[in-house]
Amino acid sequence: MSITPEKLKYCNSHEWAYVADVSTGIATIGISAFAVEELTDLVFMALPKVGQTVTAGGEFGEVESVKAVSPMYSPVSGTVVDIHSALVDKLETLTVDPYNEGWIIKVKMSDPTELDRLLDWETYKKQCSH
Amino acid sequence: MELPAQCDSSASLSFFKWKQDTYSHSKRVLKFLHPTLYFGLAGPTTVNGSVLEAEQLFVDKANFFMSSQLAATPLLAWHQAHGARMAEFANYQMPIQYAGIVSEHNATRTAVGVFDISHMGRLRFDGPRADQLLDHLLTRRVVDMQTGQVRYSLICNVEGGILDDVLVSCLESPSGKNYFLLVVNSSNRAKIVHWLQPHLADFPDVEFHDVTDATAMIAIQGPKAIELCKPLLPASALTLGYYRAKVTDQMSKPCMVSRTGYTGEDGWELVVKAEDAARVWESIMMAGREFGVQPVGLGARDTLRLEAAMPLYGHELDETVDPYQAGLGFACNLKDRIFVGSEALIQKSKDSMIQKRVGLILDGRRAARQGAEIFDTDSRLVGQVTSGSFSPTLDKPIAMAYVNPSVAIVGTALDVDIRGTKVSSVIVQLPFYKRPQSL
Repeated sequence: MSITPEKLKYCNSHEWAYVADVSTGIATIGISAFAVEELTDLVFMALPKVGQTVTAGGEFGEVESVKAVSPMYSPVSGTVVDIHSALVDKLETLTVDPYNEGWIIKVKMSDPTELDRLLDWETYKKQCSH
Repeated sequence: MELPAQCDSSASLSFFKWKQDTYSHSKRVLKFLHPTLYFGLAGPTTVNGSVLEAEQLFVDKANFFMSSQLAATPLLAWHQAHGARMAEFANYQMPIQYAGIVSEHNATRTAVGVFDISHMGRLRFDGPRADQLLDHLLTRRVVDMQTGQVRYSLICNVEGGILDDVLVSCLESPSGKNYFLLVVNSSNRAKIVHWLQPHLADFPDVEFHDVTDATAMIAIQGPKAIELCKPLLPASALTLGYYRAKVTDQMSKPCMVSRTGYTGEDGWELVVKAEDAARVWESIMMAGREFGVQPVGLGARDTLRLEAAMPLYGHELDETVDPYQAGLGFACNLKDRIFVGSEALIQKSKDSMIQKRVGLILDGRRAARQGAEIFDTDSRLVGQVTSGSFSPTLDKPIAMAYVNPSVAIVGTALDVDIRGTKVSSVIVQLPFYKRPQSL
């Protein structure tokens, strides 16, 4: 099943969250195509460890391009249950498919209502066009 | 996440970005991240890059921004029309990148890149004693310069600290008069012009003009740069040797051509009248099409100069650094000369205890940025990074740094603290990149 940007929820800070199955309480997290394009020339990504807790709006990792370092902020609070460690060695995946193959971490949410505070695609898109 | 600074054509406060500083401090400080600093182009010793209390800084910066108009180069419209990401640098609205830093970097290394460097300060000195005035101010001898010669030099204060690094050219105008052109860093232009004033008063017969705004400066760099210019420049200019310059004409308009650059590649730097800039730029882009020419922004200009180990003011150089520390002793002619700073420099030239500029290659993929601390294998602090980036040519992170003389030896293993993580590195011979010598 392919995830399209319309199905995702976004932070102002360009991370997205997607809940495939509400009953699991697990959110997949990544960064938007807009962010990837703005960063350009990615060279490094630092990921959290499985079991680490993250908080909504808190830093969970960082991504580095040739000339800039950008922290990544979690859209939701919870515990990291999976990390996409293979992504670190093929960051170009993010340019091609940031919403499926380019997922970054999966978080078991402690408060799924936090999702309601995120932006929908239309609102996020509008924010990027400013 | 926070994205690199960019701006649209309307100058807005979005030029400036906030970033939570995650460097080695345990206590988080909010750092006002100037976009040029973000791109590693401005030093922390300048007002722009200093870490201050966020609130106060916001107010200061907002006032500064509102009250000052950004300068534009004569090529601003071209950059905007061609999708450049713009940011403020030294109070100019400058292109940071077009296609992307790596793409532009590689184009310059393998083919040819074209750079708008009109923000660089251009200062002209006329009159029979212009050479003596400059000889009094520059660390490099000027009085023996031949027409057509270019020299790299430093300007030091009385204490021997570096005020700027410059190129001085001895030129002949079309009317047959000799004059000197001094190209200074844009961030230092106002300081140098101010610094010149009392000395100009001592040489009333020297005519001084800041010609920066009246002119534009374009660099054409890369293995195809010479070929690209064949249809554009007179034959007499095309045969200029390295570090030679000439006032010539381009399509019957005056043009100063020099065989110089800031990339480690062969190439040209042109100075033309501001009103001719767009036409000259377009003709270069046209002539370069068959070679795969790319416009190059300040982002790749920085990675290119770093690979070539060329110092950048605000990073490797500032008023607290002396030429010997920076490895620029060659630019100081101390013998039989008295110039501003010469007495201090004689002392400094004998000091073997000072930190030295070295090059590091780091393990992994993360780059160390300016200010990252360097430790020896016994965890003793031995130095600090001045410039760091991922090197597109080497496909590894590289850095220039000042380290204690005891460890400033090629092959020494050192640890660099990258935002709290120690990363292994080794000192290598500078430059990181040297162009293949043509036969």
